[in-house]
Formats: sequence, C-alpha cells, structure tokens
Amino acid sequence: MLTLEKRAQPSKAWVYVAPILAVIITMIVGGVVFAMLGKPPLEAIRTIFYDPLFGDFASYSRPQLLIKAGPLILIAIGLSFGFRAGIWNIGAEGQYIMGALAAAATGLAFYPMEARWLIFPLMVLAGLAGGMVWAAIPAFLRIRFKTNEILVSLMLVYVAEAIQASMALNLLRNPDGHGFPGSRNLSQYPSSANLELIANSGVHWGVMAALTAVIFAYFILARHRFGFDVRLAGQSPRAAGFAGVDAGRLVFICMLISGALAGAAGMFEVSGPAGRVSIDFNVGYGFTAIIVAFLGRLHPVGILIAGLLMALTYIGGELAQLSLGLPGAAIQLFQGMLLFFLLAVDVMTSYRIRFGKTE
Amino acid sequence: MTDTLLELRGLTKAYPGVVANSDVSFTIGKGEVHALLGENGAGKSTLVKIIYGLVRPDTGSMTLNGAPYEPSEPRAARAAGVAMVFQHFSLFDALNVAENIALGMENPPAMGDLAARIREVSEQYGLPLDPDRVVGDLSAGERQRVEIIRCLLQDPKLLIMDEPTSVLTPQEVEILFKTLNILREEGTSILYISHKLEEIRTLCEHATILRLGKVVGNCDPRQTSARDMAEMMVGTLLHVPEKAPHELGDVVLSIRGLSAPAPHQFGTALKNITVDVRAGEVLGIGGVAGNGQDELVAALSGEMKTAAGMVVIDGREIGRLGPNERRAAGLCAAPEERNGHAAAPDMSLTENALMTGAVRKNLVNRGLLDWPSARTFAEEIIKAFDVRTPGPANTARSLSGGNLQKFVIGREIMQNPRVLVINQPTWGVDASAAASIRQAILDLAVSGAAIVCISQDLDELREISDRFAALNEGKLSAPRLAKGLTIDEIGLMLGGAHDMEVAHVDA
Repeated sequence: MLTLEKRAQPSKAWVYVAPILAVIITMIVGGVVFAMLGKPPLEAIRTIFYDPLFGDFASYSRPQLLIKAGPLILIAIGLSFGFRAGIWNIGAEGQYIMGALAAAATGLAFYPMEARWLIFPLMVLAGLAGGMVWAAIPAFLRIRFKTNEILVSLMLVYVAEAIQASMALNLLRNPDGHGFPGSRNLSQYPSSANLELIANSGVHWGVMAALTAVIFAYFILARHRFGFDVRLAGQSPRAAGFAGVDAGRLVFICMLISGALAGAAGMFEVSGPAGRVSIDFNVGYGFTAIIVAFLGRLHPVGILIAGLLMALTYIGGELAQLSLGLPGAAIQLFQGMLLFFLLAVDVMTSYRIRFGKTE
Repeated sequence: MTDTLLELRGLTKAYPGVVANSDVSFTIGKGEVHALLGENGAGKSTLVKIIYGLVRPDTGSMTLNGAPYEPSEPRAARAAGVAMVFQHFSLFDALNVAENIALGMENPPAMGDLAARIREVSEQYGLPLDPDRVVGDLSAGERQRVEIIRCLLQDPKLLIMDEPTSVLTPQEVEILFKTLNILREEGTSILYISHKLEEIRTLCEHATILRLGKVVGNCDPRQTSARDMAEMMVGTLLHVPEKAPHELGDVVLSIRGLSAPAPHQFGTALKNITVDVRAGEVLGIGGVAGNGQDELVAALSGEMKTAAGMVVIDGREIGRLGPNERRAAGLCAAPEERNGHAAAPDMSLTENALMTGAVRKNLVNRGLLDWPSARTFAEEIIKAFDVRTPGPANTARSLSGGNLQKFVIGREIMQNPRVLVINQPTWGVDASAAASIRQAILDLAVSGAAIVCISQDLDELREISDRFAALNEGKLSAPRLAKGLTIDEIGLMLGGAHDMEVAHVDA
C-alpha cells in the first residue's frame, strides 16, 4: 500500500524537478495518445516541441512564440497574486476582453487623429481600467455578500463575450467595412498600432510589459510587504488576520491587479496581433494563463518559462494539425495533461511516498 | 498488580536527523497507573504512537499479555485492547455525542442502543454526559469525556491518556481521577502522560522518565517530590520564577464595558467586561476553554474590532484599530493556537518573526521588507528563549509544539510591549521551558508593562498573577488579589456550575 507522509520541510529539489518531470510524463502519455490516434508519436512530439524553434519554418514560428507567450505571461503574473492569496479569479478571459474593448473604443474615438504620444498611452490606461472594472465586480460581491468569486468571475466571461459580439456588430463596427462585423483595424492606424519593436522578433509592447511584470512581481513577492501579506494570507488566513492583513482589502487589490494585467494583455492584443475587435477575437489566453500560472508554480520566473512552453505547444500544436492532421482537440488534451500531471507530481514537494504493507 | 500487561523491550525509532526513541524498555502492570514523563522532544509522543500502532519501531519488540504485540495500525491496537485519548480531540462540532462516538467505531450499533450504552458507561464510571447533546455546545471537559467514553466502550485493557487535564477545571480533574481510579480497580492499566507533576504524584504508582529518547529513570511518584522528578526530566536543577519586588504604576490598559457578539456559531459572546491593568501588574484570567478566551484575545489584539472606547491604552481609545496600529500603540498579543494563528506553519522562522514584529522592530521601511534585520530578530528570539532549531530558515511547522510556543511568546516579549496579552503561555511546554517563559513574563512586568495572562493552568496563574479573575460564558468576574487565594475559591470563581456533581454511581 502507498501512503503519503507530510514532509517537515517542503523539498527544495522537488520544486524544480516537478515541472520537468510533468513535461516528460506529458510527452510520454501524449505520445501514447497520438499513437492510438494512428499518428507517429515521436514525430508528433518533435513537431510540437522542436520544429517551431528549429524546424524548416522556424523563422516564421519563432516570433510567434513571443507573440503568444506575451499575453499568457502578463495575465498569469496577475493571476498568481490572487492564487497565492487563495483568491480564485477564473475570469481573466472576460477581463481580457473588457480591457481590449475599452482600449479599442478609446483608440477608435480619436480616429483618424494623428497623436500617437497621446492615444497609445491612453489606450493602455483604458485597457488596464477595463480589466480592473470587470474584476472589481466579483471582488466587490465577494467582500460585500460573500459570493463565490470563482463562479462570478467565470460567468462574467460569458457576459463579456456577449458584449464583445455586440460591440463588433454595433457600436465599434467599422463604418467603412461594407456591413461586415468587426471594428477598424487598430494595427493599421498609426496612433494606436502596437508595433513590433524589433523586426521579425515578435517583440511588441505587450511582450515588454510582460517582462516588466515578471521583474516587478518578483520584486514585490520577495521584498515588499504586500507580497508577504499575499503569501501569508494564502498559507494561513488566520495568521494573516493576526498579523494585521485586512482580508477584504487584499481580495480587492489582488483582483484589481489580475484584472488590470489581463485588460492590458487584451489591449496589446487588439491593437497588435489581433488588430481589431471581431465577434470572437479572443482565443482563450485568459483560461490558458491559469495553466501557465500553476505550471510556473505561481513564481514569476516559473511563469515566464511556463508561458514560453505553453506558447510552444500552441504553435507546435498548430503545426502538428497542419502537417500531421492531428485533431485540434488532441492538442488541447495535451495541454490539459500538462497541468494534470504537474498537480499530480507536485504532491511530492510537500509529501513523501511510503511503501507499506497492505492488510 | 504483579502481572505484567505490556512489556516494551529495546524500542528504537530514528527519524532523519533525530533519534526519537533509543532502546526504551519498561513494563506496565495490570491495573497500574503508569506515568510517562519527559520534556518536549524527549520522545513521549513517538513512544505512545508506537504503542498505539501509528508508528513502527526500527528495532525492539513489545508483548501484550505475554503474546507478541506488533500493531500495524491503530485499528489493530484497538482490537488488541489498547485505547488512546488524544490531547487534541477529533470531534465534529455539528454532530451529537452519540453520532461522534459511532463515527469512531468499527461496527456501530443502532443509535438507540448506542445512546443507552453511553448512558450506562457514563453512570458506571461517574462521567456525566448526555448522548443527545451537540458536541459544539460542550465544554472542553465534556468533550474529553466523549473521547474517554468512546475508548471505554471498547473495553480496553490499556488506556493511554495524553495530557488529559490541560483543559479541565479543578473540579473536572477530580471527576476524571475518580473515573481513572474505578478503572484501575477493575484491572485496566493506564499510561498517563502529563506535565503536571503534582497530579502524577496523587494518581500514579509508577513513573518512567524519558530524556532525549532514552529512559533516564524510574520512580514511585508517591515517594518522590515533584521537584526531584522535574530535575530528572530536565537533567539539571530547576529554577522557580521570581518577581523582583516593584511598585505598580498607573493604569495602562483599560477594558471598559467590552461586549461583542460571538464571531461564529460555536463562539462565545463577550458580555460587559470591565477591568483595569496597571503598569507592572500581571492580571491572570482563568476559565475553562471555550468561555470567551479566544474572543477576548481577538478583541484585545485587534483581530476583532469593537467600539473605540471599549479598549483603552494609556488613555487612548484603540477599540476600532487593527492589529498593527495596536502594536504601534504598544499592545502585543499571543493567541493560543500556535500553528496557523500565532504562526504560519509553512513559513520560515524569519518570516514568522516579521509577521508580528514588523511594526515595533522597524522591519519594514516604506513597504520594503528588511530581511537581514528580520533574520537577526528571529535569531535573537531563538537564542533568548532557547528555541531548539537548526536556524531561522526552518519552517515553523518543523518545530515541536513547545519550541514553537517558546518562539511565539519570545517574539512578543522581545518587542518590549506596553501591554502583553497572552493566552496559554506555557501550554504543552515542559517544566524548565515553562519556568523560563514565566520568568520572562514577570521580568517584562517588572520593567513596567501591563500583562493580561489567560490560562487554564491554575498553578501557573497563582504563580505569576498579581490579581486573578475568572472568565465564564463571556463574563469576567471581579478581579481578586491572587495572594492567598485557594484552589477551591478559584474553582468557585470559575463558575463552579460546570458539573461539580459527580454522576451517581449505581450500587
């Protein structure tokens, strides 16, 4: 019989080994799944993990890596604060959409004025604000009425999607678009475009923001009282209360941070890679970022690595769909497995396995 | 008495980095009340866990009634006739007594039959307990009776009791001892673990003393003085806390008409508590657990806010301030529950030092944490209070209960507060550490602090208090001078009504 025994100290080694082991197990089990689908497993794994970086079309896919990882990292960093404190914001996708809509609306309001120095920063602020407002709703309801923020934030994703569709079809629709749904292209409007900063690198302002967020989050968690309060509240809520942490205030701040960063990610996406508000320009970054946050063990550097890895499976997955005809669902399954195995292996950080006699 | 019930031979159990038990051998006779004595970390818990089947020894063997005894799990131990009453109860507040007992049984009988059995056993052993009452409404003493009766229903040959009297009033202790004596007369053996040496002297006929995992002595507690036993446990001479003579100063802490609703379903409302504490004074507050102690500490520490004027320090109304603002005003507190309340178990000692020391020790500058100073503060606490740990980077969880207690109390005392509020300062701490904690409290009082010490250990309160008051159902009695107060008077102040009567024993 196997029994789990709690370690007196969390194992330092396992903190680092667990994610690597999870990736390896995912590759093995994923390979088996691909084989069962009748696809060559090794080739599929190679297509997902190797080809996007070093394959024949890597010069196209490498910039994509940063374009996809940027928003994932930015959102995941925001979520990690709340997750550490035991505040479960599952609705980053909705905050992402609302940030994008607020930013797009701000940019389009000035169209066709040429004033990048004014309009672009205003759009960033609008993106932050849009996400924050959307995250403030579940925060307020939790503090005031003790609602469950998981449900409220998740349901607000669907509300945001409905607003997004309505915007694409009505208020923000391109007047010169011959009646097609969708807004003007913000990436082609010089005052609002989120441009690539280094040619063919994929580095745009959102990627810079993500890197800044990583450094900033690292600093806050290691050196600032707020980071300490967040960790304390997550580990022992009663001890946090005794230490003087105001639980309600913490919920509010954590929700606002995650909302703001998700909103900013939406802003950078809608003004750059996506280009415009359409009825479904969101691609699930807000949900995938939850996986990224946990895969990175809620640690800023871990999230940076996990975001890149997740982006790789996205791009590699697309490649595998094209070249091997793997079904899209198999790729999603693959990504889900990654989180599943991480959480499973993660147990080893705080527990050790004992082999005992069965009765 | 001559027959041997349980014999331990050469039991050794090592954990990584520490030998918990080393070659432990002793025997428990039939119908014997056998005391197991030792400091924290002496290996009592591990030994008891081996006997109860929770831990397997590395080497050594046990025989029960002459037959080899190797319990692989508590169920096997129970089947062999070994039962245990833990220090911490495992009861569900929302269920009634009979339901709680049924949950711990292999094959619970029908509820009606079980309730009848419970009544029968509680009559037989003089333990008053109503099977239909909800556990959340019971006092600590009554909860313990639930655990004891759960054990007695199995008709045990050996009953292990871990610190059973730490939560009881003197009257409840008396009831418990009567029960244990009935059991002894029926031939049941009892392995009794306690820090209270006077109790052991009245109850036990044999004692085994452990130090650092080894048996260092045996004695007949009836023939040995408490001091001698304590010195055997510690291995050195004991120091009795003393208070340097000093004058009381002005009133520092005023509690004025403090009332607060119960914070949760099984909490206690505070009712119109009024008392002043002067500089240099120790106010001892006694009472059975669950009579508002946690709530009073929360109301004073700032975790529970009240009307501004209900709590006053140096003339300043602080009832509406949060914990850190109160620390700034000079009030430090140490709640009873160490793990998860007074300390964060998964955080390092440095982080735990920062947790409450940030304000008074200036460990945060403009929001930035000063880790080197926090580490120094943690090291100072470890050194001054003899906390046994490899260093401040270790987690609070890795410390034994007594060591963590020393750390928590030390952390508050070393902040030099104007007012110190502590709940159960020496709970689960061994004799020598308890003496040094009490001495530190008295030294702090001498230096001019006002101290509110809440405890269920009446000997402790009599030792350190200047005045004594009792907390009963959220009401505080008028304080009386502690000097000259007898245990019986204290018992009556505690509200007495808590089952003073022993249930009638049928002839």
